[in-house]
Amino acid sequence: MNDRHRIAAVVNGKRVEAEVEARQLLVDFLREDLGLVGTHIGCEHGVCGTCTVFLNGESIRSCLTFAVQADGAQIMTIEGLASDGQMHPLQEAFWEKQGLQCGYCTPGMLLRASELLKENPNPTAEQVREGIASNLCRCTGYQFIVEAVLEAAEKMRGANAEAPPAAKMQAARRRG
Amino acid sequence: MKPPPFTYHAAKTAKDAVAFLAEHGDQARVLAGGQSLVPLMNFRLAQPTHLVDINPVIELDYIRRDNGALTVGARTRQSALEQSEEASMHAPLLVDAVKLVAHPPIRHRGTVGGSLAHADPAAELPAAALVLGGDMVAMSARGRRTVPVADFFKGPFGTALASDELLVEYRAPAWPARTGHAFLEFSRTHGSFAVIGVAALVHMEGRKAERVAIALCGVAGTPVRATTAEQLLQGKQPSDELIESAAEAAVADLRPASDVHGSGEYRRKVARVYVRRALKLAVARAQGERS
Repeated sequence: MNDRHRIAAVVNGKRVEAEVEARQLLVDFLREDLGLVGTHIGCEHGVCGTCTVFLNGESIRSCLTFAVQADGAQIMTIEGLASDGQMHPLQEAFWEKQGLQCGYCTPGMLLRASELLKENPNPTAEQVREGIASNLCRCTGYQFIVEAVLEAAEKMRGANAEAPPAAKMQAARRRG
Repeated sequence: MKPPPFTYHAAKTAKDAVAFLAEHGDQARVLAGGQSLVPLMNFRLAQPTHLVDINPVIELDYIRRDNGALTVGARTRQSALEQSEEASMHAPLLVDAVKLVAHPPIRHRGTVGGSLAHADPAAELPAAALVLGGDMVAMSARGRRTVPVADFFKGPFGTALASDELLVEYRAPAWPARTGHAFLEFSRTHGSFAVIGVAALVHMEGRKAERVAIALCGVAGTPVRATTAEQLLQGKQPSDELIESAAEAAVADLRPASDVHGSGEYRRKVARVYVRRALKLAVARAQGERS
């Protein structure tokens, strides 16, 4: 039995067409067929979170979704986080704050943290801990990761405040 | 590990899915969010030869009111239930329960129907449904039928669904005004499986608990109602002493299994504490206290 299907998806902004076996996990498709090895494979049963990717804008476990199910979807992997050779503020902060350690959990941590900061740009340390509870760091280096996420959050808030005057005025109104 | 080979069929409609189940029955499994089924397949504990994927069946993605009941389509994502204003207005217990299901990336994909049909004895949504009551709607090529929630959960990972049936909807009945809810669980870490969980609903008339429902998960092969404890409280003023007696009664007949997360005796003791806390919270909410 070798059930194969043609799929088309957009991965990190690029259209991809491929033929996949029904049983191929999305993470294996990304790594082996597309060469996007930034997405790691850890536990293969949805516990560790290192295989986190965005499917249609939401974080999911790519070890618990089949590649065939990504037909027609928009996918973003860790390779899509930096733009124009510029690291994402989270990547910068992980670098500066030693948030990587062995690096195995990093791709999942970064994507999950970026989702968290989109939903809550000004989280407390406690909210960061809860937000990244979906991802395991086997170095148990959570302290540095939390510090990195908080630093990135601060930088991103600062950058947003400098940017469009309209947003600034709105923020001022909210304060008043 | 990786799953063994299977054939994949993407259903476009519920009718399409049940036609596939009618043909393949025992050999087929329904793939909803896949957050429980795919781990089982990766470990090769489940080896279905056919998968029918209901993710494209958007007709089963809804949360709405129908004759006072809150109806939830089986393919509704858990994250959608979590954010649903309709659900937090009319069945806040479901919202409290779903927030305890694993983590956001799991809830983005996991479905309400998938969790109910998977019937994990430690899962939150089955216990929440058991307390709320109402009906499960099953569909097959033979037609539709309604199964009361009380008759739905048959054993560990076992339900009243036949192999050719698809769960299409859960209908949660409305509880009256002045009903307080609580879903509390004890787990080793935030988002882990519940060691034990307690769902409670208390409807107050004046100072008396007019209607009470309590269910526990993680203490038996299915979620269980604590009927003796419910009867102790019904029609009475829920004093601290009475709530304590109800908590004791709720665990008196339980014989939870032991596993790596805790012995059976430990589970009973923790369950008693959580029944007490859940009842107190539900009563306080029914009386309009902010919590």
